[in-house]
Amino acid sequence: MTTAGTRKKRSERTIEEYLLSEQQLEDMYYHMLLARRLNERMLALNRQGRAAFVIAGVGQEAAQVGAAMALKRGTDYLAPYYRDLGMNLVFGMTAREAMLNLLAKRDDPNSYGRQMPSHWGNTERRIVTQSSVVATQFLHAAGIGLGAQMRKDPLVVLTCCGEGSTSRGDFHEALNFAAIHRLPIIFYVQNNGYAISERNEKEMPVPNVADRARAYNMHSAMVDGMDAIAVYQTVRPAVDQARNGGGPFLIEAKCYRLWPHSSDDDDSRYRPKKELEEWTKKDPISSFRARVETDGIFPKADLDEIEERVEEEVREAAQWALMQPDPEPEDALGHVYKEL
Amino acid sequence: MASMTVIEAVRSTLDEALGRDDRVFILGEDVEAGGVFRATEGLAAKHTGRVIDSPLAESSIIGISIGAAHYGMRPVAEIQFADFIHAGFDQLCSEASRWCYRTRGDAYLPMVVRTPWGGGVHGGQHHSQSIEAYYAHMPGIKVVAPAFPADYRSLLRAAIEDPNPVLFLEHKRTYRLIRQEVEGAPAETVIGRARVTRNGPDLTIIAYGLMLHESLAAAETLSSEGIESTVVDLLTLNPIDRETILESARATGKVLIVHEDTLTGGLGGEIAAMIAEHAFEYLDAPIRRVAGPDIPPMPFHHAMEDFFMPNREKIAAAARELAAY
Repeated sequence: MTTAGTRKKRSERTIEEYLLSEQQLEDMYYHMLLARRLNERMLALNRQGRAAFVIAGVGQEAAQVGAAMALKRGTDYLAPYYRDLGMNLVFGMTAREAMLNLLAKRDDPNSYGRQMPSHWGNTERRIVTQSSVVATQFLHAAGIGLGAQMRKDPLVVLTCCGEGSTSRGDFHEALNFAAIHRLPIIFYVQNNGYAISERNEKEMPVPNVADRARAYNMHSAMVDGMDAIAVYQTVRPAVDQARNGGGPFLIEAKCYRLWPHSSDDDDSRYRPKKELEEWTKKDPISSFRARVETDGIFPKADLDEIEERVEEEVREAAQWALMQPDPEPEDALGHVYKEL
Repeated sequence: MASMTVIEAVRSTLDEALGRDDRVFILGEDVEAGGVFRATEGLAAKHTGRVIDSPLAESSIIGISIGAAHYGMRPVAEIQFADFIHAGFDQLCSEASRWCYRTRGDAYLPMVVRTPWGGGVHGGQHHSQSIEAYYAHMPGIKVVAPAFPADYRSLLRAAIEDPNPVLFLEHKRTYRLIRQEVEGAPAETVIGRARVTRNGPDLTIIAYGLMLHESLAAAETLSSEGIESTVVDLLTLNPIDRETILESARATGKVLIVHEDTLTGGLGGEIAAMIAEHAFEYLDAPIRRVAGPDIPPMPFHHAMEDFFMPNREKIAAAARELAAY
């Protein structure tokens, strides 16, 4: 990064404690901010009537970016869920592609306009195609893990869901199978407090999703999902362990959905205003910025420069994507079966 | 030439596939011990690590196969009885059938789900069902239901080599009932083609699985009475071979469709509609269907089971009426 401001002398001990290089910390901030600004622009396009539907990960950027950065791009697999814009960005999705996806443009590499927005998938980048049905991807992750184990490929699969998905049978069937076979999988649950309107206590009789691991004789961890650095520091050793044959991990990131469920949801019907205000104070992006600035990792001017770069990238991406071709009506046909 | 039963045809083809391609593996309940019908007997010892027992959780058998196929393996899943596959309906319907479509072919699933189906074995409600109509309704999944051992061999091989999900239906009543002289490697074949197994000018009988054998037996009886039937073995239920069906319907002008599945919403309705739409001018009689009655399939007591099952007598009776029309 260009050093636009005067760098404060920082303590070597501090950067060591982060377990992340300066470059990684910069990437972390950049990807979290890019995810946030993209989601904000997407919602604006929705309100302008230019995008039919938005489902976002606002509030979960630290949980997503911190975890995805613990993986090896090009080697490891990601089986995400619909809020995982931040993860996709870390795995190589560009701002332009995110906008093509939102607008269901012909060239959206996720589904070419065939799926709703935020239904990710990119075979080349090892991002597994997903549906709207929750938790099904946990079994796909188990299958990839089984294949990798059979072929002795040293890779890890990270699959995600919200805590709402953990009530489904596929979640439990996947954990059970993965634990029996000690598959290299990170089952990563972003507990954002709500399954649309249902709070945790309506979803499960245990206080933490991570408690479920005990029943499957599986490693587990809980982490503050509003803290990208803590997330990385938790997920990275689990990934290393899984890669080296240590078996699967269930990790619960406690975070918060700062926005309504989707652009069609009105959360004032069920969410106490006070609660939202309290969590807004813990915003993962502003707290990251405050920490690295206070610790003297980056001077303010550098961080401002990243903000400006992201703003411009998002503005340009939206403008560009709006001009891109839509699918032809007849593009609905074809590719029902693979022909080799 | 060796005489081979259906179950031997399945087992030998699985054995050959495991031997030929190390991406092929079997996942299912009790498969390491050989499976309840002995379809995988001896395979776990011979192909170490590639015949894998699953927990009793059908959604996981199919969902894990999806993931493995996406990764580049060639899973052959076994669902112990077709009656239990519905726990995996979501994985087949919401995921497997759309994987290729929703990525425009960037991703695809070379996987097979084998499962024993059909009645006539005193299996009651949950060991006798015909499930094909639910699954043949899904674009994106191929559904195969052979009748003869040689076709089991060639179509199972084709299913394993196909880059798409294939639901491979094995009629459990025929496993040890039907024998055929089978020679050498499985014949090269294509999923999606029906076969005319008997030729006759008076009417066409369309069937698959056990009912194909019953239809052939009925055709033999009818022949002795001077009624000569064409019998079409569908072999693939989705995508269905319209050409062969329509060609035969046009040639004989009278069509009888036979399936064990309950009448309403069964595959016969779709075949009848296809013929009515595209071969109406050639018909000399209304299309007839012989199928299971519209009750939950199927009662356990042998008398009630016999009542439920179509058979050669019921088929012959319907065919006589049709021939006389």
